[in-house]
Amino acid sequence: MKTLILAEHNGKELSPAVQQAVTAAQFWQAPIDLLVAGGNDAILQTAASIQGVTRVIHANAAHLAHPLAEDIANLVVSLAEDYQVILASHSSYSRNVLPRVSALLDVAMISNALTIQADNTYTRSCYAGNVHYVVQSIDKTQVLTIHGSNFAAASLGANTEIINIDAPAAFTKTRWVSETHNLSHRPALSSAKIVISGGRSLGSAEKFEEVLSPLAAKLGAALGATRAAVDAGYAPNDIQVGQTGVVVAPELYFAIGVSGAVQHTYGMKDSKIIVAINQDPDAPIFQVADYGLVADLFDVVPKLTEEVNSRN
Amino acid sequence: MKILVAVKRVVDYNIKVRVKPDGSDVDIAGVKMGVNPFDENAIEEALRLKEQGKATEVIAVSFGSTANHDVLRHALAMGADRAILVESAEKLQSLGVAKLLKAVVLREQANLIILGKQSIDDDAGQMGQILAALLDYPQATFASTIKLDGNEAIVTREVDGGTETIALDLPAVITADLRLNEPRFVKLPNLMMARKKPIESINASELGLDIQPRLTLLKVNEPPVRKPGIKVNSVEELVSKLRAHEGIQL
Repeated sequence: MKTLILAEHNGKELSPAVQQAVTAAQFWQAPIDLLVAGGNDAILQTAASIQGVTRVIHANAAHLAHPLAEDIANLVVSLAEDYQVILASHSSYSRNVLPRVSALLDVAMISNALTIQADNTYTRSCYAGNVHYVVQSIDKTQVLTIHGSNFAAASLGANTEIINIDAPAAFTKTRWVSETHNLSHRPALSSAKIVISGGRSLGSAEKFEEVLSPLAAKLGAALGATRAAVDAGYAPNDIQVGQTGVVVAPELYFAIGVSGAVQHTYGMKDSKIIVAINQDPDAPIFQVADYGLVADLFDVVPKLTEEVNSRN
Repeated sequence: MKILVAVKRVVDYNIKVRVKPDGSDVDIAGVKMGVNPFDENAIEEALRLKEQGKATEVIAVSFGSTANHDVLRHALAMGADRAILVESAEKLQSLGVAKLLKAVVLREQANLIILGKQSIDDDAGQMGQILAALLDYPQATFASTIKLDGNEAIVTREVDGGTETIALDLPAVITADLRLNEPRFVKLPNLMMARKKPIESINASELGLDIQPRLTLLKVNEPPVRKPGIKVNSVEELVSKLRAHEGIQL
């Protein structure tokens, strides 16, 4: 039996998390096929260059230009009988598609597996990361998303065969209308090496930008925000870090004016080094921070920005 | 047009759950329970659609023991017209619940099903997608706006890096994100009135569906704790400490 990876892309490039999914898939020691739905040559070339992949399967059709969960799920299910395992890295894309696949196959899906163990056993995080469940699936097909940052990225340099297949007919009851992208010159939040997150203490959208942007620019960092900051309108919703937003695990994470609610720490506590800057010495964020600075962020963040600049 | 909303009873979001000493499960005895926050957004949106004249009835449904009466009463107090409890003594998992929910959807001939995008206990976020697949209905997950226009729902979804707007033919399944709306506050008189409303009960076993758990819970662990950090006194000290780490260039 084989393993199928649903490869995510944005129409221009392959998601780097696909490389982590390949590493996760190697656990089963079975041939790994990578399914690319739609996409361009650059995406296919990157897919074909990932080490450890047996075949790249390319399904192309006009209706895959803006992938809908219904169409992608039908495509995956049309291939499913050859596979024992179907997986993808956890993201809003895979969370939309794979539960639909699991239902069509009448199997339980494992969301956001932290570890993969023998005998279809997985660790999952529940209750906003406060509890880890070890669960075993009795289903014959395993459908799962993996917690990307827990798996190393497979290297590039291969030249894998690409085969083309037809996609099932379009699901006509859903139609794509439009999309918006929060354009940013900064690195993508989920894969940035350094993330700077701001909380409600920033006080306004203007201050959020004015205080955090120069530091982010100097460090080449991505900006993140707490739910409170997003709800208050200081930051766009797609940069929310936490249980209901993006989960990040960068080399270095700055929590600035962040209180440290569990819903937020869920999304950043796997970061290698966490720095917290907060005026309240009792803020829970200091319990997960490697380095805590009790200070007024409006004083120290500009100083920090200057300091990292002066030694560049 | 009928709207169905599903309501899950979960540990209150402010409470940090503990693992039982034997690691068999979480210890929720005596812990404050409530409506899954995303489900409140789903109820609120259904009520607003009814208030706009786009829907005629809002039905709340929950699954499990009679302990779920409290969350159904909360939905009734918010303004739901009716409540149904699908009773099951067995522990239910997503796929099983979705099969039961499908049976209720078909029985009620609901045209729109709005669910929370995830529950804050399992954090799996699967129910809406599974239900839509079982019914062969269109789905729109992580909704931040919903507009009904005749037989069509126009939904804006919150996705990584931005938003996506899609149009769905009804009947359809939509899952609510937190920013869809601000759920109304339940007033005490409404809660008192909701106590008098009947809650219909359906026995899950009578529906003749395979709702056996597919995942066996082997063990429950506390996650590894981060090593305690240190407080620094100045920006200079912070930067010099960070620079001492391998691979960090500031």
